[in-house]
Amino acid sequence: MSDLSLAKTPAPRLAPPLLGMLWRDKLAFTSALVLLLIVAAALFGPMLLGEMASDQNLRGRNFPPFSLDRGWAFFLGGDSLGRPMLARLIVAAHSTMLIAAGTVAAAMLIGATLGLVAGYLGRNVSQVIMRLADVIMSFPSLLLAVVVLYVLGASIPNMILVLALTRIPIYLRTTRAEVLEVRERMFVQAAVVMGASHARIIFRHILPVVAPTLVTIATLDFAFVMLAESSLSFLGIGVQPPDITWGLMVAQGRPYLTTAWWLAFWPGLLIVITALSLNLLSNWMRIALDPNLRWRLEARSTANG
Amino acid sequence: MTKLIGQRAIASLLSLFGLMILVFFLSRLTGDPAVLFLPIDATEQMKQEFRALHGLDLPVIEQFWRYIVDLAQLDFGDSLRKARPALDIVLEAYAWTLPLALITMGLVIVAAIVLGSLAAFNVGGFFDRLVSIISLIGASAPDFWIAIVAIVIFSIGLGWVPTSGVGTPLHWVLPIAVLFIRPFGLVVQVVRGSMLSALSAPYVKTARAKGVKNLPLIFVHTLRNGMLPVVTVIGDQAAAMLNGAVIVETIFGFPGIGKLMIDSILQRDFNVVLAAIMITAIAIFLMNILIDIAYSVLDPRIRH
Repeated sequence: MSDLSLAKTPAPRLAPPLLGMLWRDKLAFTSALVLLLIVAAALFGPMLLGEMASDQNLRGRNFPPFSLDRGWAFFLGGDSLGRPMLARLIVAAHSTMLIAAGTVAAAMLIGATLGLVAGYLGRNVSQVIMRLADVIMSFPSLLLAVVVLYVLGASIPNMILVLALTRIPIYLRTTRAEVLEVRERMFVQAAVVMGASHARIIFRHILPVVAPTLVTIATLDFAFVMLAESSLSFLGIGVQPPDITWGLMVAQGRPYLTTAWWLAFWPGLLIVITALSLNLLSNWMRIALDPNLRWRLEARSTANG
Repeated sequence: MTKLIGQRAIASLLSLFGLMILVFFLSRLTGDPAVLFLPIDATEQMKQEFRALHGLDLPVIEQFWRYIVDLAQLDFGDSLRKARPALDIVLEAYAWTLPLALITMGLVIVAAIVLGSLAAFNVGGFFDRLVSIISLIGASAPDFWIAIVAIVIFSIGLGWVPTSGVGTPLHWVLPIAVLFIRPFGLVVQVVRGSMLSALSAPYVKTARAKGVKNLPLIFVHTLRNGMLPVVTVIGDQAAAMLNGAVIVETIFGFPGIGKLMIDSILQRDFNVVLAAIMITAIAIFLMNILIDIAYSVLDPRIRH
């Protein structure tokens, strides 16, 4: 109990300690590694394997997995048109990640902006914005998806639109609640007294405090959006062929459950692995990005990890 | 209490009306039922007759007015698909969804309270790990994938339970098991968190000092105090379940409200969609009242 927080020297830079903490937490580190791999697949997959993934070969129909007879691409089996599963899974990562990333980015940008406005400005503006959020939350999202996708056509940008619309309230509410609290703190009051402009107060004083929470929620939400997209695609109202996502692959594999389980199993497993990594990383981030909790990770250098 | 419920009822009725208007007009944007219901080579005249028969040829505003007038007499209109009153179809679906939701939520509540309390009592122990693993699976695995894997293993592989449909009690096992995972993961975390803080209260120390055993300490002394946040999250989860488990019901061919909703939306059976949404909203409203009553039973301070 001799070294209280007074003795702590401020960290010289932010990045190295964060990376060091990540390395010490093996579970979070593995998750980050897995996510990097998936992002790499999403970025380069269609370029490198696009042709192989759409190349039909009726001799390889429902080719069983775990055999290298037809080359590495067939190691996880072949689908109902004889296309290699492994190549298709890598290519499908592209649209899956694109939709989830686009949705989270759009929802976070709009939601956080509205939340900042609602929290910073007076009650009337806040009331209007919050009631709008209530309407969005009470509307059956499935019906919303069908309406938008039918009227505008089922495409990847429209999928992002539908999903982002339903996710905005989450960011809005969180941001507003945090802003309401931060606004009353001493350093913000000091900035107001010193004559800082609204923009400066919001962007230099309030946003940096709210940002870590937003990043943590976004990580968790990324997993949720991915599950939502795959559910819509699974029901047949989401992504349409020839575009391909993991959720759609599960749906396409469902009729072959009795004869070729691998068609539906692998893409689902990838969804699980990605979502699991995101959840674990988000758990770690919640602690690592919070100055009040960070000591738990920093002090653990000798513990198991 | 009655006054509060009355205010709540009026507010809910207003928002229900708004929702109905929105759904009524938006659903008519999704396309023409005549194209879907008639054969592909139907002539324009046949389509006209179909629309005239179901009142779909009138201006939308007039359709809406007629709907309101019928609704005032508790007539939800007929289903296009089945040519029967929409309300009957929705209630029949509820007769399937309600027991499914009740059984699942009952299991979730009992399991979450018991396992969550044990996990909070022994942080880092066996139950704590078990609970956090199930929660992680619930938050990470899409339910359609869990359902499919369960079908492959237990129905196709082992042949213990049927793949889909209803009829025998065995048909209920897989849907309940798949539906159980996600709400359990969420509720058990709240139980654990709130029991952790309840167990650190001074009166627990006093009880321990007086020699109260572990089990009565958890389940008699602290549980009631830790239950308030749990009731809130249980309410949210139960509402989601009343909305119907679209995916699980679709996969297992379970004729509940979720499956009815998605089928009706896809087939532009507007009256059934509207009836399903309104009946669900009423069911959720009733359940929220139950939750409020549960609050006041648990915490006498709220009664005033």
